Amino acid sequence: MNSAAPNRWTGDAMRKRVRRRYSSERWFHAVGLGAVALSVLFLAFLLTTMAAKGLGGFTQYEARLPIDFAQSDLFLDPATLRGPDAAQTVAGADIEGALSKAAAAAYGPTAEELFSDAAVNKLSDAIVANPDILKGQSTLWLPVSSKVDIAAKKSGDDKSEALVNALEQRQSLRRTFNTGFLTASDSTDPSAVGVWGALKGTFFTILVTMLLAFPIGVLAAVYLEEFAPRNRWTDMIEVSINNLAAVPSIIFGLLGLAVFLNTMNLTRSAPIVGGMTLALMTMPVIVIAGRNAIKTVPPSIRDAALGVGASKMQVTFHHVLPLALPGILTGTIIGMARALGETAPLLMIGMRAFVAAPPHGISDPATVLPVQIFLWSDEVDRGFVEKTSAAIIVLLLFMLAMNGLAIYLRNRFEQRW
Amino acid sequence: MSLGLALAGVLLVALAAGWLGFARARRLRVAGRLHSLPVYHGSYALLWAAIPALLILAAWVPIQTRMVDQAVLSSPEGKALPAFEMQRESILSEAREIASGEREQGFNPESTTLAPRIRAEERRFGAIGAAAAIVAALAAAMLALRRSAPEFRARTGVERWVMVLLFGASLIAILTTLGILLSLMFESLRFFRLYPLHSFLFGTEWSPQTAIRADQAGSSGAFGSIPLIWGTFFIGAIIAMIVAIPLGLMSAIYLTQYAPPRLRTWLKPILEILAGVPTVVYGYFAALTVAPVVRDFGLSIGITSASSESALAAGLVMGIMIIPFISSMADDSIAAVPQAMRDGSLALGSTTSETIRKVLLPAALPGVMGGILLAVSRAIGETMIVVMAAGLAANLTLNPFASVTTVTTQIVQLLTGDQEFDSAKTLAAFALGLALFLITLLLNLIALQIVRRYREQYE
Amino acid sequence: MTPNHSTITLPKPEVADPVEPPAERNPKMSADKVSVFYGDKQALKDVSIKIYDDRVTAFIGPSGCGKSTFLRCLNRMNDTIPSARVTGKIELDGEDITSTAMDVVQLRARVGMVFQKPNPFPKSIYENVAYGPRIHGLSSSKSELDGIVESSLKRAGLWDEVKDRLSESGTALSGGQQQRLCIARAIAVDPEVILMDEPCSALDPIATAKIEELIHELRGRYAIAIVTHNMQQAARVSQRTAFFHLGVMVEYGKTSEIFTNPREQRTQDYITGRYG
Repeated sequence: MNSAAPNRWTGDAMRKRVRRRYSSERWFHAVGLGAVALSVLFLAFLLTTMAAKGLGGFTQYEARLPIDFAQSDLFLDPATLRGPDAAQTVAGADIEGALSKAAAAAYGPTAEELFSDAAVNKLSDAIVANPDILKGQSTLWLPVSSKVDIAAKKSGDDKSEALVNALEQRQSLRRTFNTGFLTASDSTDPSAVGVWGALKGTFFTILVTMLLAFPIGVLAAVYLEEFAPRNRWTDMIEVSINNLAAVPSIIFGLLGLAVFLNTMNLTRSAPIVGGMTLALMTMPVIVIAGRNAIKTVPPSIRDAALGVGASKMQVTFHHVLPLALPGILTGTIIGMARALGETAPLLMIGMRAFVAAPPHGISDPATVLPVQIFLWSDEVDRGFVEKTSAAIIVLLLFMLAMNGLAIYLRNRFEQRW
Repeated sequence: MSLGLALAGVLLVALAAGWLGFARARRLRVAGRLHSLPVYHGSYALLWAAIPALLILAAWVPIQTRMVDQAVLSSPEGKALPAFEMQRESILSEAREIASGEREQGFNPESTTLAPRIRAEERRFGAIGAAAAIVAALAAAMLALRRSAPEFRARTGVERWVMVLLFGASLIAILTTLGILLSLMFESLRFFRLYPLHSFLFGTEWSPQTAIRADQAGSSGAFGSIPLIWGTFFIGAIIAMIVAIPLGLMSAIYLTQYAPPRLRTWLKPILEILAGVPTVVYGYFAALTVAPVVRDFGLSIGITSASSESALAAGLVMGIMIIPFISSMADDSIAAVPQAMRDGSLALGSTTSETIRKVLLPAALPGVMGGILLAVSRAIGETMIVVMAAGLAANLTLNPFASVTTVTTQIVQLLTGDQEFDSAKTLAAFALGLALFLITLLLNLIALQIVRRYREQYE
Repeated sequence: MTPNHSTITLPKPEVADPVEPPAERNPKMSADKVSVFYGDKQALKDVSIKIYDDRVTAFIGPSGCGKSTFLRCLNRMNDTIPSARVTGKIELDGEDITSTAMDVVQLRARVGMVFQKPNPFPKSIYENVAYGPRIHGLSSSKSELDGIVESSLKRAGLWDEVKDRLSESGTALSGGQQQRLCIARAIAVDPEVILMDEPCSALDPIATAKIEELIHELRGRYAIAIVTHNMQQAARVSQRTAFFHLGVMVEYGKTSEIFTNPREQRTQDYITGRYG
């Protein structure tokens, strides 16, 4: 019989101790919740900062330009512009000069550099489309230069802001959606840049990566999981793959530089080289995901297939692999998403050049979106801040889409045995 | 003949063989019972025709390059080239580019005269290789088709080929590892011939200069890697871990022990998103938003050397990026501790926090430690955040507001621009790469050992 | 019905005390119309029972009938299961343990538990036993703690076997030793009640016999409630027996009566082996 029990638990010292224990429990709980909350907050802060800085990049200010072609120095005859060489002929003319002259005429000498490089292209396109406008006057809305653009978005220098005010007073300034951002390629003028070239480069690179890494990864996973005997060689292969999955990505870049560029003399900064480098990096991830997916297929399925007389190979390819496919695909998509966001290895193989035209195939020099972001981040011009952030928004949307697809596939097709 | 045409030729032969084999097997089946389905007969012929020929082509490509080079150098135009290696190499590479159409003309007039010779030699050897491949394909196809008979075990033959393919695919993993090791070591050895190993390992000054002209004996640069290693550890293993370990561990504890199940299903993916954000985004965020704040803070508390490229800014953001790594490893380790431990502790009258601190965490410690080591390895190998937010100054300092540089930053720095591949600078990058590879390999192996020993505790 | 005696000679535990203890005192613990729900499923319905000092009370019944669930209500271990909901009143020494005024941490020290599968912590033997007293602050010096560890291990019948290797890991012991270690661990916080959830089902017959002997010795100091699916064991160790079936307590009474002359037909069917 425990006669001491009531005293021991109800004494003052014990009560205090228990109170202390409970308060430390509450504190611990709060710290845990705080840690999670802080992490989520960091993520939210990161995303909102990028969104805030980048959303402006999707819009572009345009100014109204009344231009009198007859008075300008453009010596272009509308008659010569009806053939297939019209664009080339127009390119030979000094559109830029005419543009700044007209701008100065309309808004004063400070407006000489009002318009961006993209405006030159737009004007040229307008002339080629309808050469008759050269005969007289017309009014066009053309994109403004980067300095004026960011001044209109409230973070420019004083001179540009004065110009913006003047334009607004005359209702000659409007804001539009910057379709050029998604259709143009790299440029030195931030208001003319676009991500299309980078997107195409990313597409080709990821295509090469996928075509190489997926078959090799899946076949290696099948071999290791289904056919490999347990000996020293296969153990070494396993250890290799697990290590490769944890090697820093820049090392793969060095490998690509040494082997693909210097030994095999392939083209620098071509998607095929980038794709091969990323494939080496992604393959271990696919192998590991594939092995896990194959492991979850229950042995009863294999036994059943063997029981009707299928060969081991047929069991694997007709039964096990199709069932493991959703898991393999999920792992592949996640691996691809990681490859999509990689920058360092591609810098090593030379994708840090200024590539102004989108690539036509896998062996044209190209750049990818993360590298493009990196290159723009280095630029001094203030206009690049919002473009870089806008490109980041595009990249994050891609990542979100790919990860979302992976999660959807996993939830939809996940079999519970 | 170009590689593309050769490939097309081989594939054509293979497809034809496959179709022939298939058709013949179909006819045989009408006559009697076959061991294998017709499609296997066709595949058998196709594989025998295609794979050896493709292997021949793949092996021929490097041989061809060497033979072309030899032939060009021994040709009359080749003999006229200057003897000095670097100059000759640059003329050769220019000539190659002209020959392949990549550029119109080079700086050296010799390259324009050399280009047609290169083109001719390439055509000659290309034709040899293509012919060899196609002959091999035809021969193999004929041999394969001859074996077509009702009792022929075509399916077994095909499966043997598939097995070869499977094994080959897995070998690529070893080949990659070997490739990394060999290429890094090869280039590093060339570097250590120019610069002593012990100065690289123990030198405290890093100012990479290189010889500009080939006859400049010895460069005046210093390639001491200690400041870089220190910077890497300072940012990745110290500052980033100070942020990531408490937040990651406590998040994992909260999610596994305290969070209601519905909250857990939402919060886990959100933490995973942190891991999915590309590192270039983190780097930009660090440079754009975090670094100025850190610098202002540093200045405000009196540190005049506070730079806008600080170790603290890079380390903070890297820590945030690493949180999900630690959190998920800790989560798995804590969840692996049997429920019976938790029940036993609670049944003795301990609170949840006491159970976690005194029973669960000590039991899960090996797994958590392994996770931390893997996270450190990841942080050390990280490139973009430090390139964009930390600096280039090789500083051996304890001041987190100062600018330090890391191994990865310097690798990027040394390899940018048009470098002659043999210069000491580019080779130093490979030496750094080798050091990085070995350090992360060591960390990963230790982490795996710790986790494996832990797994033996609960079977 | 004859109990199934094994043919090898085991140390025979004493048969349950035939002499009736003094008239019924106040029960140590009492349950009044206790029901347990897991989500929408009801696992236990309106169980009312009294558990006395100086007695071993056995809960028997086929598997899945709720006896372990009920046992876990007595030290509120069901609180750790998020979907579990307990209704009804449970009292320890007259205090309602389900009320918010009751400190669950103290409750679990006063009502100890031994689990089906031995679950020593991956610590040393000493640390296993010292864990409870440490967190509750029951000792003020190292020598006092040593004393508690020694007396607990002695009372659990383990001291002689481990006194020279207290710093070895608790998981290195055999199954029976581990279970006695868990009992020592529960004893170390000086409980008033010990709950045992099928403590011998994972042990071999010799270890089982040792544990049953231990239960006899512990009966004097603690009120013991034991869940068992082994009827012979219940007959050997307990003085009171409650028969559970499908979440309801069917019958409760003296062990000798339950096993020789049960009131309910269901009890009779279970005892004679018709099901379960």
